[in-house]
Amino acid sequence: MVAEHTVKAFDEDMTRLRGLVAEMGGLAELSIAEAMEALVNGDEDLAAGVIARDRRIDLLESEVDRLSVRVLALRAPMADDLREVIAALKIAGVIERIGDYAKNIAKRVGHIEGRKRFEPLTLLPMMNELAGDMVHDVLTAYAARDPVAAAEIVQRDAKVDAFYDSVFRNFVSYMVENPATISSVAQLMFVARNIERIGDHATNIAEMVHFAATGTYLPEREDVPPPA
Amino acid sequence: MTIHAAPPSPRLPWTGTALAVLATAGMALAGAGLITAGIVLVLWLGTLWLARPERTVEVRVAEEPAMSRQAMIDLIEPFGVPVMMLDGQRIAAANAAARDELGGHIIGQDARVALRHPEAITLLDTREGSVTVRGLTGPRSIWQVRRVAVDDRFSLIELVDRTAEADISRAHTDFVANASHELRTPLASIIGYIETLADPDARIDAATTARFHNTVLREAKRLQHLVEDLMSLSRIEAEKHDLPRDHIDLGQMAASIGGEVAATSGEDRILVEAEDVLVQGDRQQLDQVIRNLVDNSMKYSDPARAVELRVVRIGNEAVLSVTDHGEGIHADHIPHLTRRFYRTDPGRSRAAGGTGLGLAIVKHIVERHRGRLDISSRLGIGTTVTIRLGIVAASPLPGLAAQPDRATA
Repeated sequence: MVAEHTVKAFDEDMTRLRGLVAEMGGLAELSIAEAMEALVNGDEDLAAGVIARDRRIDLLESEVDRLSVRVLALRAPMADDLREVIAALKIAGVIERIGDYAKNIAKRVGHIEGRKRFEPLTLLPMMNELAGDMVHDVLTAYAARDPVAAAEIVQRDAKVDAFYDSVFRNFVSYMVENPATISSVAQLMFVARNIERIGDHATNIAEMVHFAATGTYLPEREDVPPPA
Repeated sequence: MTIHAAPPSPRLPWTGTALAVLATAGMALAGAGLITAGIVLVLWLGTLWLARPERTVEVRVAEEPAMSRQAMIDLIEPFGVPVMMLDGQRIAAANAAARDELGGHIIGQDARVALRHPEAITLLDTREGSVTVRGLTGPRSIWQVRRVAVDDRFSLIELVDRTAEADISRAHTDFVANASHELRTPLASIIGYIETLADPDARIDAATTARFHNTVLREAKRLQHLVEDLMSLSRIEAEKHDLPRDHIDLGQMAASIGGEVAATSGEDRILVEAEDVLVQGDRQQLDQVIRNLVDNSMKYSDPARAVELRVVRIGNEAVLSVTDHGEGIHADHIPHLTRRFYRTDPGRSRAAGGTGLGLAIVKHIVERHRGRLDISSRLGIGTTVTIRLGIVAASPLPGLAAQPDRATA
């Protein structure tokens, strides 16, 4: 736990800032899960809910922005407090992107035909779960200011990337065999891409959590080559 | 809201009485009639008597706020379900169960940091209420979150775990769907062969009869293994939400299993390197994990090369790994390996007597132990399955655990 500050109002601002980031994260998490559920079940109402939720995430982001700027301007935080504010500012931006990806997945719900027994669709939920778990765990690491958990999450991105490669190849061969489904599978290809990006963004958050907690950067990750 | 006690006062207004007596005496001396003076004295004393202050009772309704806060913290601490006390939006206290589920870091933070889920956050805007929240602690967890206001400032939040109830029905449908298909295949073959054998018109020679009998026996045995595996899988699922409490030396367990395997399959088939490390777990289930992994590796690897079973301690984790030098698994298969009945090569798996449940069982056991399972493999080189479990009395170390190489695509 971080030591209390002499100025109580500063403590309150910091707590509120972290609360706002957590609230954004909660919304994004739910959107990731619901977007996939809507896609698998063809539930357009649920998809509309996900799309509507993105507005709320955007509003929260601007609130985080305002509060961070206010804290920076009025309280001139130093050391770990400064890192904390910067991390909140950046993490809010990343969560907003994650929300956009979930919204993008939800927008594709209406474009998938012949959903029943559509084989490519069965691959995505598990990949989505991997990425969703990363987002969940990284937000928990943020709440706990836990650099060890953050470092572990960075490692997990390789799993999502491997999954993406596997799904990519699978989709390509499916399209070759069933040209009639190309338009639907192409949509799913973008969904897979979005999920892969969500995983990348989760690692970005993990890096910021690590930086905010320790003041040091995580070593660079190896770049994974794109699927051939 | 402190009620101040009145200053201690006598039961009888002695000063007032004395004053009245003196005043009336003065009146009498000054020439007023004795009767007038007497009446004034009686009236004066009478009113004094009637208006005398009540004996005060010391009342202290609320002491200092910090005191009652401490009392409340002590009150919620022993509860079995997670309970948190909010001071406005901030978490003032969380009992042991809440710290277990949500982490000790939540105290002093905004309640949104601990709850995070949009449904739960709507609860923070209302004074009292109850919502059901998915994914609060784990991907499939379901919690009933209830808020009760204590007064204008403090409120209590209680969490009740509903995961197990929701799981039972889902696990049930999954089980029926998966199992019925797998059970039908051997049954169809048993019925087919038995019908042929029982057919009086079919003339079957002794050699063929023997072969048919063997097939029936093999399929029946496979059925038996399958039922055993399904039973153990559903048993693990049933208790997957209660964290095992026994302390087990993973290194010793690996060494003894390695010894048994060496005795039955030959010394050169297995290589054990185990250091003693205590983990919290279920003895029988961890035993099953190690056996399943070793069994898999032996089954699918080069018989000339040894399977390597290692237990090491890295940071505050016990890392168990099983490495083989087989042909490896294609990266496309790796994400699906822990699914029930997923097989990279169905024919070979069945021939080797696999049920398609081994890794699913391992995954469920590892999940129950809150550990992690990683599979990495390179074609032509071999496969390593790694399991990480938290060690007993783990003191969080600042250093990061070294990560062994992973699957690269």
